[in-house]
Amino acid sequence: MDKILKMVAQRLALGLLTLFVVSLIIFFSVQLLPGDVCQEILGQAQTPETVAACRRELRLNLPWYERYISWLFGILQGDMGRSLANQREISELIGKRLGNTFFLAAFAAVLSVPVALVLGVMAALYRNSPFDRIVNALTLSSISFPEFFVAYILILFFAVQLGWFPSISNVSADLGFWERIYRTALPSLTLMLVVVAHMMRMTRAAIINLLASPYIEMANLKGLTRMHIIVHHALPNALAPIINVVVINLAYLVVGVVIAEVVFVYPGLGQLLVDSVAKRDIPVVQASCMIFAATYILLNLTADVLAIATNPRLMHPR
Amino acid sequence: MTTETGRGAKGDILLTMRGLKIEGQADDQWHVIVHDIDLDLRRGEVLGLIGESGAGKSTIGIAAMGFARPGCRITGGSIVFDGIDLRAASEEEKRKLRGARIAYVAQSAAASFNPAHKLIDQYTEMPVQHGVMRKAEAEAEAKVLYRRLQLPEPETIGFRYPHQVSGGQLQRAMTAMAMSCRPDLIVFDEPTTALDVTTQIEVLAAIKDVVREFNTAAIYITHDLAVVAQMADRIMVLQYGHLVEEGIAREMIAAPKEDYTRRLLAVRSFRKQGQAEIDRDKPLLRVENLSASYGGTVMVLKNVSMEIHKARTVAVVGESGSGKSTLARAITGLLPPLEGRVFYGGEEMPPALKQRTPEQLRRMQMIYQMPDTALNPRQRVRDIIGRPLEFYLGMRGLDREERVRELLTMIELEPDEFIHRLPGELSGGQMQRVCIARALAAEPELIICDEVTSALDQLVAEEILKLLQRLQDELQVSYMFITHDLATVRAISDEIVVMLQGEIVEQGTKDEVLSPPHHEYTELLLSSVPEMDPDWLDNLLAKRAAAS
Amino acid sequence: MTVTTMEGALPARPSPWASRISVAAVYLFVVVLFLQIVRDDTLAAILGLLLIHGYSVIVLLYWRNLERSAAGDKAIVTLTLVYMLLAVLFWDRFSALPWSTFFGLFVVQAVALLAVRFWKNLRKAPPTAWFGMVVVLFYVMIAATAPIVAPFTETEIVGAEYEPWGGQFLLGTDNLGRDWLTRLIYGARNTIGIAFVTTCLAFLIGGLGGFLSAALGGWVDQILGRAVDVLMAIPSLIFALLLLSIFTNYSVFGLKIHPMVLLVVIIAVLDSTRVFRLARAVGMNIVVMDYVEVARLRGEGLWWVITREVMPNAMPPLVAEFGLRFCFVFLFLSALSFLGLGIQPPTADWGSMVRDNATLITFGDITPLLPAGAIALLTVGVNFVVDWFLHQTSGLRDDH
Repeated sequence: MDKILKMVAQRLALGLLTLFVVSLIIFFSVQLLPGDVCQEILGQAQTPETVAACRRELRLNLPWYERYISWLFGILQGDMGRSLANQREISELIGKRLGNTFFLAAFAAVLSVPVALVLGVMAALYRNSPFDRIVNALTLSSISFPEFFVAYILILFFAVQLGWFPSISNVSADLGFWERIYRTALPSLTLMLVVVAHMMRMTRAAIINLLASPYIEMANLKGLTRMHIIVHHALPNALAPIINVVVINLAYLVVGVVIAEVVFVYPGLGQLLVDSVAKRDIPVVQASCMIFAATYILLNLTADVLAIATNPRLMHPR
Repeated sequence: MTTETGRGAKGDILLTMRGLKIEGQADDQWHVIVHDIDLDLRRGEVLGLIGESGAGKSTIGIAAMGFARPGCRITGGSIVFDGIDLRAASEEEKRKLRGARIAYVAQSAAASFNPAHKLIDQYTEMPVQHGVMRKAEAEAEAKVLYRRLQLPEPETIGFRYPHQVSGGQLQRAMTAMAMSCRPDLIVFDEPTTALDVTTQIEVLAAIKDVVREFNTAAIYITHDLAVVAQMADRIMVLQYGHLVEEGIAREMIAAPKEDYTRRLLAVRSFRKQGQAEIDRDKPLLRVENLSASYGGTVMVLKNVSMEIHKARTVAVVGESGSGKSTLARAITGLLPPLEGRVFYGGEEMPPALKQRTPEQLRRMQMIYQMPDTALNPRQRVRDIIGRPLEFYLGMRGLDREERVRELLTMIELEPDEFIHRLPGELSGGQMQRVCIARALAAEPELIICDEVTSALDQLVAEEILKLLQRLQDELQVSYMFITHDLATVRAISDEIVVMLQGEIVEQGTKDEVLSPPHHEYTELLLSSVPEMDPDWLDNLLAKRAAAS
Repeated sequence: MTVTTMEGALPARPSPWASRISVAAVYLFVVVLFLQIVRDDTLAAILGLLLIHGYSVIVLLYWRNLERSAAGDKAIVTLTLVYMLLAVLFWDRFSALPWSTFFGLFVVQAVALLAVRFWKNLRKAPPTAWFGMVVVLFYVMIAATAPIVAPFTETEIVGAEYEPWGGQFLLGTDNLGRDWLTRLIYGARNTIGIAFVTTCLAFLIGGLGGFLSAALGGWVDQILGRAVDVLMAIPSLIFALLLLSIFTNYSVFGLKIHPMVLLVVIIAVLDSTRVFRLARAVGMNIVVMDYVEVARLRGEGLWWVITREVMPNAMPPLVAEFGLRFCFVFLFLSALSFLGLGIQPPTADWGSMVRDNATLITFGDITPLLPAGAIALLTVGVNFVVDWFLHQTSGLRDDH
């Protein structure tokens, strides 16, 4: 057990270190701009007032390390500074949107994980059957579609032609749960279609890889039933790769929301990020990037730790 | 012993195959890999299936369970097990037979045990699933069998996971598992091939003991005639999916009828003739107090000293983990030694490969165990052999081409036919010959041969040994011959170095080492090599039991 | 009598004259083509003539080393002649755009040569792979000859806004009154071209880094590996957005970086991390092979080890990965353009075309979905081809 704890601790430390380095990158990439950062950022639209505001916001009067430390501690305490575009508190801008984004991602995940796993396992068990071939071709097509294509097709059918769901998902804090589900149905479906394909293909590959191992052949030659082989011999060993697949795709989902949010004008973090990039509102971009990156890193870290925890060789060391 | 052979003959017919035909898939096409095999097995009889790679022995063995691996299919003939036609039987009927009445022991126990479950759970699931016993009964039974198979700590070993147990123990645990339902027939698929000789003997003894004890019929598949002589009542010799010869084990070994069987039997009889004189003061290679490790605290090589003289062959013998390959790596500079010095032709070699000059590198060449990984699959024979000519000797164009052809002729490959081939278009033996030619192209004085015959079929291996010997006689090249196979050592060496856990336990001329008195470990090693005599194993076990 | 034997012998053996005559014809054709523009643009004409020299030499050399068959030669010659016939029929358009014409010729010949070279493998390809190849070919041909095929020029405003389908404008006009079909065709050239260049750059950076890392090991491997780990810890879309927001209008030594160059470099660098991982993993598997050790023992240098021992054996997985990475870059680029942060107007590009005309969808008009569908179709095509390729190479591995 000690060995496992040690490995988990190592991974956690590595994750924190990565997070720290990522924060350095996000913060200092702005400093790469030559000359006066604020004049560079604002470009032709600058006025003396906006430049001054920008300098104040980026704390350009401080030396770089103090600037970084105050920025990092600010973020840790929930204070992310003010937006350059409208002078509002960034934490206030982000707060609700973050919740919306997580809701959308979670909704999509709840829809896709069971579907993807069932399809993936079925395709692997009935490998090379017509079912497998059809699912394979469909998912291959699905991962080839740009997300906005899927989104607009859904809008065309379910919003414009059938009128079942709204084409714009505007939600606010006072909405009831079911109303919220109704309004986010199309963006969730969009995300689901994209993620299911990825997840299903990875699951299928993992299971097929597993079924080719000698101990499965041995189990067959021991005359065990198909059900017993799958439940007792394949599943315990499939757990690690499947968890890995799921978590990786969740991480993908969190980022994938950006496009869906823009298409459906959903008030989430992704849309804010895209708007801020267009406006070159650097502090907001930095804060949003930090949040996305942190989520992504944490999810990948979870995958790593779970992979260690489900490995029998590590669970029962010599 | 007579009762054993007699017992098989008395039994009823258990398994019959008639005109068995199996096809295998390669390059999207089906090829026949087993041709019209007839096989009869009586209750309690042990049948040995023997042949080189591609003989189809494993495929036939597994077909006895009505099973064909992915990429194979049974296309003709009949398989009848105790009155049940396995080709006509449904999957469910066959499933009920497998494990319960026909069991299987795989070559690699480490890969064939599920890493996620304890050994005893994998033991008990078979009798429980087949409804033979309850779990508690099966567990008690398992411990009895573990004890019978001489596994250490039989009461608790079952509660370990596969990766916590050594290879030889796993193989015995798998035999116990196969026995769990008291099957009528067990298929042993090369169960000792991956093991060291000293471990092999324990597994062989254990298998022989339980098979005899429970009067189980067995199909024993192996490429080693000496092993099968110990185990089998009757032997079938196979080649390319055809039956070559079939007979009672003792009779076949005493008087083989077919030429192929005779060659298999004679495979270990090659002996080197004569040897070069040595100049004691001027060894070609002198290794002084070499120590090395792979970065850890564990020394893989401890204070090793040895010499190799011109035109002589020094065999370095040891089991896996003895440090014999590490010694080669330390000498060549691939693994710079921590301590000690290497002298070559009187001059001291820099420890690391990078510090050595091309001329120093040229004089010492190496040949590997796996010829298929030692040749770049994307280079043609012309370039494989031509590169050292170009690199060391600056040969180009027609000169190079001419020399490559000369070398090919020297290794007995027809230049016109082989010079433009890719390694994938060569057989294992031909690949190893190309490797030899590549080493010779550098015109070295010493060639380090790292298990060069281990991956080859026995007959091919012998051809390679003969070729190496002929080249030594012609070119006066020295060999450092790393091997675990004592038969090879007997065949080709002038001097022998025996290694154990990174240390040299004994060294000297062939006669000195091979004739008593031996070092304790050398004795163990020598006595563990199976001999063709069918009584060898029983005699040895009796002798060892008496000694302890 | 001699005549009959001659005829009987002909189809069996490829005639050396077929290649010579057809190359001469092609040569004459391109000379005439470029001589047309000598008066307007002498430099371009000279450049073109030089290029056709080099090109002809390469084609002839490749052709000579190809495993020849009469049928193969016939296929190559026929395809070339058909293309030239088309060019002569529509000489006005083709001669006005000699570079596009030349580029189209190059594509036709390259495809023909490759098809003949790999005919043995192609014959066994499943329908999905054939579908993929036909789609990819179609796109590449359109991209190569875009100015010739398109009815109008890329950015010209030819009518009112949002004109319906039919009539003069086959697919109507867009939000600024530009012809949809023309924009679509030029979009093929721009989007595919940029994605292709980006993927190549990513492979150059990532492949080289990965192989170096695998071959050298030690601290080089550690440093490169950690750097890539950190880069990959940030989701690439987010990272790209961050970098784009910072470096837009960035200038080096007073020279403003073209936004397209910025886009290509950013995506290539981010994408090269995945190539690095794969190249390193594949390289690692090869570096531990005995034949690499043999080369090292021989005293070969790093360059030999990488180019002669590692690279040839790493090709199949990398070729498949190139297809997959291209799809990824292509989708990524389209997504950025769709967000308004990728290829900038007035350059025609499929992603931004969807964005600019998205409002039409709410009226039930599917025109904005055409570029999105075009993206999807190409990616599906490439994926089908890659899938087949992967299946084939891994299938071979199963047998051994």
